[in-house]
Amino acid sequence: MKLEELRFGTELIKRGFASMQKGGVIMDVVNAEQAKLAEEAGAVAVMALERVPADIRAAGGVARMADPQKIVEIIDAVSIPVMGKARIGHFVEAQILEALGVDMVDESEVLTPADEQFHIDKAQFSVPFVCGARNLGEALRRIDEGAAMIRTKGEAGTGNVVEAVRHMRAIMGGIRALTGLSSQELVDCARDIEAPAALVIECAERGRLPVVNFSAGGIATPADAALMMQLGADGVFVGSGIFKSANPEATARAIVEAVNHYDDPKVIAEVSKGLGAAMKGLDVHLLREDEVLQTRGR
Amino acid sequence: MGVKVGVLALQGDVAEHITAFREALTDRPGSSVVPVRRVADLGDLDALAIPGGESTTISRLIEKNGLYEPIAGFEGGIFATCAGMVLLADRVDDPRVRPLSLIPMHVARNAFGRQVDSREAMLDVAGLAEPFRAVFIRAPAATEVGPGVEVLARIPEGIVAVRHGRKMAFAFHPELGGDLRLHRMFLENLRV
Repeated sequence: MKLEELRFGTELIKRGFASMQKGGVIMDVVNAEQAKLAEEAGAVAVMALERVPADIRAAGGVARMADPQKIVEIIDAVSIPVMGKARIGHFVEAQILEALGVDMVDESEVLTPADEQFHIDKAQFSVPFVCGARNLGEALRRIDEGAAMIRTKGEAGTGNVVEAVRHMRAIMGGIRALTGLSSQELVDCARDIEAPAALVIECAERGRLPVVNFSAGGIATPADAALMMQLGADGVFVGSGIFKSANPEATARAIVEAVNHYDDPKVIAEVSKGLGAAMKGLDVHLLREDEVLQTRGR
Repeated sequence: MGVKVGVLALQGDVAEHITAFREALTDRPGSSVVPVRRVADLGDLDALAIPGGESTTISRLIEKNGLYEPIAGFEGGIFATCAGMVLLADRVDDPRVRPLSLIPMHVARNAFGRQVDSREAMLDVAGLAEPFRAVFIRAPAATEVGPGVEVLARIPEGIVAVRHGRKMAFAFHPELGGDLRLHRMFLENLRV
């Protein structure tokens, strides 16, 4: 092997990393103990945080990247990949996360945005990025900036799956609507949804996003997770849903199995038995405008 | 004659494996590539692919789905990549993985480090005339192989491609990147 032929952080490596997560559950954790529990339960990766989204909501104020000490503690505790969240547009938080050795950076609307005009120029990094999206245009703008993975935004920290469903249907429906369009019509559609024409054409040809597409933002039960999989998600992020439930260990295992058997209601019924109370949850219609996270970034 | 290949579809880059094998088999009429999720799916397969993903997660799901004994006893060819290589070993450096013991070798998980250490490299593989662009993603490596295991490629981090009868294991991802020479080598090798 010739050393000069080594290449790091290529598009294939970044998107390939995301592909390895498919069919899996990525769990939010706030310490080493939770990270170990998630790994034992079968999580494919963990998201290292200072607080889960429900607590970020409750705490208010400016939500920033987690303390690097905390992230290192979680990295040292598990052998599965560890992800970390940076504020939208805060490329220095992303540089720090990359330097700490996180395996993927989530440029996340759950934290307070640092830039209301620009997202992070993700192509400049070796570490792959995942970004939230509410519809096809938003997903393709993030991919154009270098995101190697997309997730629905949903409405984080609510335990209410309605927004994740809305966003997944918008993305999948947006791709289906491209079927049968002429190349001229695809370019016109790209202008409408404010996305690069080349990426719209690629979606039309492949019948899916060019990168892995997970669901996030409000998944609280095994049934919620299977619902998102049946709607076309490649896997799920579960934030507050696990460690805000009555029995985190059983809930974590049940959600992993529900994702594995998302099209088998008998298995989902079996794993859903006796889990105790799911997280309480919020009615998204009762949130004040400034409490809504999904409208951060566009 | 057609070949029937199954791809273990519990977690990981299953779709990429299905696409790559379908393409490698286009010149063999009567062939098919199917996902394997249950014991019954293993029945009439000529070969099984074990994809990349998280080896701890896939190992757990193999047990949960009652697939451990059936796969450990599978007699057709096996094409394993990344997490698949970890699972095929008889010794693994992590107690959370229950190895299938299909190839006598010791495999270390994450032998290259973290994702930022993941890389593409031009790799010389025994049996290929030209180097192969290998994609290593949080890749494992074999530190030691038993008798009868042929080492196809080795780099400073360890052994990254092996053949043992009709079983082949790669630390990298031949299913990504569009070069199907290793798939063709595997399919030729099924006749041995």
